[in-house]
Amino acid sequence: MTDANHGIDVLRKVMRIPHAAFGVVFILLTVLVAIFAPLIVPVGPEEMDFDNLLSDISSAHLLGSDQLGRDTLARLIYGARIALIVSVGAIGLGVLIGVPLGLIGVYFRGFVDDIIMRAMDALVVFPSLLIAVGLAAALGGSLTTVIVAIGIANVPWMARVVRSQGLSIREQDYVAAALAGGMSHTRIIFKHILPNSVAPVIVQSTLSMGYAVLTEAALGFIGVGIQPPTPTWGNMLQQAFPMLEQQALLSIVPGVAIFLLVLAFNFVGDALRDVLDPRLKGVIH
Amino acid sequence: MWTYFIRRILQMIPVLAIITFMVYALMLAIPGDPALALVGPGESLDAEQLQMVREEHHLDEPVLVQYGIWLSKAVQGDLGRSTQNYRPVTEELGTRARVTLQFGLVAWVLAILIGVPAGIVSAVYRGTSVDYVATVLSIAGVAVPNFWLGIMAILLFGVTLGWVPTQGYVDIFVDPVEGLRHMVLPAFALGVTSWALIMRQSRSAMLEVLAQDYVRTANAKGLRKRRVIAIHALRNALLPVVTVFGLQTGRIFAGSVVIETLFGIPGMGQFMVQAIFARDFMSVQGAVLVMALAVLIASYGLGVCLVGPTDTLR
Repeated sequence: MTDANHGIDVLRKVMRIPHAAFGVVFILLTVLVAIFAPLIVPVGPEEMDFDNLLSDISSAHLLGSDQLGRDTLARLIYGARIALIVSVGAIGLGVLIGVPLGLIGVYFRGFVDDIIMRAMDALVVFPSLLIAVGLAAALGGSLTTVIVAIGIANVPWMARVVRSQGLSIREQDYVAAALAGGMSHTRIIFKHILPNSVAPVIVQSTLSMGYAVLTEAALGFIGVGIQPPTPTWGNMLQQAFPMLEQQALLSIVPGVAIFLLVLAFNFVGDALRDVLDPRLKGVIH
Repeated sequence: MWTYFIRRILQMIPVLAIITFMVYALMLAIPGDPALALVGPGESLDAEQLQMVREEHHLDEPVLVQYGIWLSKAVQGDLGRSTQNYRPVTEELGTRARVTLQFGLVAWVLAILIGVPAGIVSAVYRGTSVDYVATVLSIAGVAVPNFWLGIMAILLFGVTLGWVPTQGYVDIFVDPVEGLRHMVLPAFALGVTSWALIMRQSRSAMLEVLAQDYVRTANAKGLRKRRVIAIHALRNALLPVVTVFGLQTGRIFAGSVVIETLFGIPGMGQFMVQAIFARDFMSVQGAVLVMALAVLIASYGLGVCLVGPTDTLR
């Protein structure tokens, strides 16, 4: 089976699981909405409407407005852009650094592997939020800081996934046969270990994307993430909190959006794991 | 067993070295003159005074020497002084660690007290509505931002119903009733992710055990269901709690940064956030170090302590 066919086959199986289908549809919808944001909402996320401050759900503001009269729906949609950029960027960074580290460990074994794995053990101790807080203290909060922080926190998980996959593959008979047949170690890595690591890395990435969305929101809420006026779901919640008694809607809407997107990522991740490799159950959280 | 013990501790040494170096290296990431960052904002120093700061912190030395000096001071409990109030960072962290520990512990206990029984019950009554509700709640619990749940709890129980205070902190040992009243919402919000994960894990561990031959044998021998569960299954259902402990301790510390800010709890997390806004770099560095070490001890230490009674963890 070609790779493309295999991908379509996996997707078809995933779509047969109802909650995973919801996840796929919701993520696609979020992506589309984020890309076409200016076409969907007529007002900009920073446009103020002083006649409608803290408004309820109304025809002028479908999801209400904030204390500056900014449209919540518009901010939510532009915030989706940030949520997606952060999760894709951070996980991409984690994969780009973590996967090679895992492969290097498997390839060289011994001392090199030990050093890499101890470094990964050390990195695991820092939750992404803690790294982000530290980086924000040194560099200030920005899109880059947030992506780098969450990305670094994901490195050890990717490296571990690849390594454990690589270690088990190395023991397979066909690898021994390939070695005996004169295939070089590098070729074995690229021909056998890397392709076999793709599935667990995809699963881990999908699940981590949800977690990245949560972390971005938390950082935005404490004010060390991406700074206003750029709307993010996290800093929307931060600005809404002092208004909790006057207009609860402002605090409810972004939270629901975060919840649904994370839920969607988790559903798809779980389904991918079940479809791609049921043995991964319990290995990847 | 002893060899395992020693091996684990030996493994911890390089990890410890890397962790401390990473925390120290945060300073290298500061753009511009680190001496300026160390004295904090609001101080205008001339070139000579800045040079003194540089010498005091050995900023002219090679990085590894700087790190060595910082580390040897840190080991002696000297993490520098806060630029906010000039108190030693260690002292400040000490007072605040007490708050965070109390509050984190309550969150943990809540998470275990809810998560483990919920996991067991939903495994035993697999496929029933009880199982369904518990599973849905655990899926939601992992996906919900914990601080948002906190905000919603403030909205419902604080603002609307007025049952509990939503801001501040009272030491449990000084006034247990008020202490718990202040703690219930934040601890619930902080523990929800851990609760959900523990529930999931103990459910699947329990299902696995219930399918084992020896459980079937025990059942066949006529042992009462409750007894079978109590003897065989419970121990195994607790295992996942142990294995997720390290990771969850990290999440609880990270979560405390946000939840303490939300509920106005004067713990380490709130201290860290305040320090960032005050550009008080030494305080942030110290707090990050303490939290990372706590997570390390939780994951390694617990593994070491529990390897005796539960061999499977090896």
